[in-house]
Amino acid sequence: MRVLLHVWRQAGPGATGRLVDYEAADISPDMSFLEMLDVVNDRLTVKGEEPIAFDHDCREGICGSCGMMINGAAHGPMKLTTACQLHMRSFKDGDEIWIEPWRAKAFPVIKDLVVDRGAFDRIIQAGGFVSAPTGSAQDGNAIPIPKQNADQAMDAAACIGCGACVAACPNASASLFTAAKITHLGQLPQGQPERMKRALAMVHQMDLETFGGCTLFGECQEACPKGISIDTIAQMHRDYMLATAIRREESAIGGTG
Amino acid sequence: MTTKLEPKIPAGPLAEKWDKHRFEMKLVNPANKRKYSVIVVGSGLAGASAAASLSELGYRVSCFCFQDSPRRAHSIAAQGGINAAKNYQNDGDSIWRLFYDTVKGGDFRARESNVYRLAQVSVNIIDQCVAQGVPFAREYGGLLANRSFGGAQVSRTFYARGQTGQQLLLGAYQALEKEIARGGVTMHSRHEMLELVVVDGKARGIITRDLVTGAVEAHVADAVVLGTGGYGNAFYLSTNAKGCNVTATYRAYKKGAAFANPCFTQIHPTCIPVAGEHQSKLTLMSESLRNDGRVWVPKKPEDRGRKPDEIPEQDRDYYLERKYPSFGNLSPRDIASRAAKEVCDEGRGVGPGGRGVYLDFADAIKRLGESTIRERYGNLFEMYERITDENPYKQPMRIYPAVHYTMGGLWVDYNLMSTIPGLHVIGEANFSDHGANRLGASALMQGLADGYFVLPSTIGDYLATSKPDKLDASHPAFSAAIDDVNARTAKLLAIKGKRSADSIHKELGHILWEKCGMARNAKGLREALAAIPKLREEFWSNVAIPGSGAELNQSLEKAGRLADFLEFAELMCTDALHREESCGGHFREEHQTPDGEALRDDENFAYVAAWEYAGEGKAPVLNKEPLEFENVHLSTRSYK
Repeated sequence: MRVLLHVWRQAGPGATGRLVDYEAADISPDMSFLEMLDVVNDRLTVKGEEPIAFDHDCREGICGSCGMMINGAAHGPMKLTTACQLHMRSFKDGDEIWIEPWRAKAFPVIKDLVVDRGAFDRIIQAGGFVSAPTGSAQDGNAIPIPKQNADQAMDAAACIGCGACVAACPNASASLFTAAKITHLGQLPQGQPERMKRALAMVHQMDLETFGGCTLFGECQEACPKGISIDTIAQMHRDYMLATAIRREESAIGGTG
Repeated sequence: MTTKLEPKIPAGPLAEKWDKHRFEMKLVNPANKRKYSVIVVGSGLAGASAAASLSELGYRVSCFCFQDSPRRAHSIAAQGGINAAKNYQNDGDSIWRLFYDTVKGGDFRARESNVYRLAQVSVNIIDQCVAQGVPFAREYGGLLANRSFGGAQVSRTFYARGQTGQQLLLGAYQALEKEIARGGVTMHSRHEMLELVVVDGKARGIITRDLVTGAVEAHVADAVVLGTGGYGNAFYLSTNAKGCNVTATYRAYKKGAAFANPCFTQIHPTCIPVAGEHQSKLTLMSESLRNDGRVWVPKKPEDRGRKPDEIPEQDRDYYLERKYPSFGNLSPRDIASRAAKEVCDEGRGVGPGGRGVYLDFADAIKRLGESTIRERYGNLFEMYERITDENPYKQPMRIYPAVHYTMGGLWVDYNLMSTIPGLHVIGEANFSDHGANRLGASALMQGLADGYFVLPSTIGDYLATSKPDKLDASHPAFSAAIDDVNARTAKLLAIKGKRSADSIHKELGHILWEKCGMARNAKGLREALAAIPKLREEFWSNVAIPGSGAELNQSLEKAGRLADFLEFAELMCTDALHREESCGGHFREEHQTPDGEALRDDENFAYVAAWEYAGEGKAPVLNKEPLEFENVHLSTRSYK
């Protein structure tokens, strides 16, 4: 098959970008979307032109490296699917395909389709962990965890940190990403001691990174390749409000700010 | 010039070695730890757990990864699970049994003492991960669930759906981020290590390229740790992530670190078959599927064109169950892979090109219901359908072996230190624990054992004993290494040829897969050894790398990695040619039993082959570490 691509090309962080047209001929429907880009890039390389830069690594939908807007949808038209797992059989011969990077102030473009998602790491640094220094753990079966809680924690922990939720959100909010981690750890007994501190710190960091607020459009849930539910955002809001209330009490008792 | 390999295995009974050694090692006083700096290259299970644990101890750590975030290291893609000798199932497991299974599974080519220690700390890993909030699968009573895996007759594998590697890595990554926030670790994402710096015989730093700006930088430390994974991508097509490469370990090899058993590569039996020339990587279907799936091909070659449901039971050959009745579909990986190759070579393979076998869930669905199967393997079935456009609930999966893991790696002693003092190697990057074949669910175990528990103890002994001198990047060894890196980049960019790195890499992969893959023979290996230098010449005269070195340049990254693969491939074939026996994943056609099983030669080859770089254009020097089996009886490995 043959498709016509309109690809965002941008030489560097400060440079002005533009859409450039490429014809991709002799494409097999069994190719993944990224393999189609490989073919285009190979042809560009042989001509001495710079290939299209895009992030990718595992190509099996789990590392979260790849991510691009394909015809205006994060990761393209197939639900619950990352760009690397999308196959050309989702398109028709002669289709036009628009490919752009994630668009968000907090994800500046580095080159072409490659963006800087360091803000996600900093949100995790703020509190997306359980402080359990190596060697200090008790036996793994010492605290039973109801299967339902473990399953719900796993549902939220499935987040791959790709950034599709941010790219899909009209506010470029990172709420789904942040809430997934808060929900994962909040479902487990090991996550309880730091639960309130975590909610406050992670939400605060999300704001500092210039992500927008959540107004419950629900686009994030639609775009998420791992099916993370916006119920997690409700959980995040509950934890955050409770944490704010408790913090006031603690301050009042302890007399510290 | 030969290096004397000193494995430094502590004396005493096997079960007491590690405890005794931990007592005998020198400690670094808590207040002094912050005076020492450690570089950790790689942020997968081994690297991230090591960096976090070293920082918690008080060392100043710098951690490097080529991805945009440490969370994306390829450990994340491990599916099935992690072994531990917890014996929660009361089915007869023990540290000794895990140790025994691993040594036997590795076809008696691993070091007993290391494997025993691995089995010992396996139980601590599960505890540690649970404490971090890893959402392992649980039973209704709230306790941890287990599943079985290949090469074992007990259920000792802990798992988090089909995403165990992801959850374990996120646990280690979160511990790492916690330490970054605390200031104990400085993280350098999108940085690639391009040179190791050795000063006065000790590893003292690395040279990196900032993949965004192209800046070449020197980093100095008192010790260097490589957790940079395996070299399976030498084959181009493998289950590894696209970025996985041999550069860090190969650069260390060229600086004097011995490379052990490079021919030991693992071909995983259950991967989705190649669909066409465009294929950029292969996708694994977890070994755990073999718990419920039955592997078969038609008995008669003429049936291979028929639809699977039209082939009656009596015309199917469930060859693993037939050949290996006691392990059946859960036979170890090397054995299952070879058996698949064998039936396809007989013309009974299914799917395009006849390179596939069926993995059939019809019986399991009948027995357990579709919903149970969905709960166990739902995400894997979806992945399969997305890639092949076939529904595995309705028709059997088609699978074929693919390169998955490399047991070989830099040689390390009991302390995980290479032949270069101060250079430590952990996880898949070292050679130590899996012998000639790794059992399923043991890679995660080894990466985390090394990173959480072994290295943080042993590196203290090195620092306390060697007392490294003060040093900074103005030392001539660093400027020389920077010059080397810059010269190499300039040379690559100056070629301005006509072929993409990928097209040359595919050619290399084809040579290795045909000549140094699931079955090898002397003739084929000699042909490969003649073909690889020619391809290398083609690369250095005809590769096309658009763009410059002073920007994000993915073509340059690929070409740099391929340049190292093109040299390393020769070392693989040299090792495969010299090992005149069959063991584990290394199957030499000249050495097999009458019924086609691997024929080991313990008298002549019960050793680790540690190759030493001898200089440009010179044959590498072979050093041998004899393997002594004092606790496990060397026997013919049988899964019948």
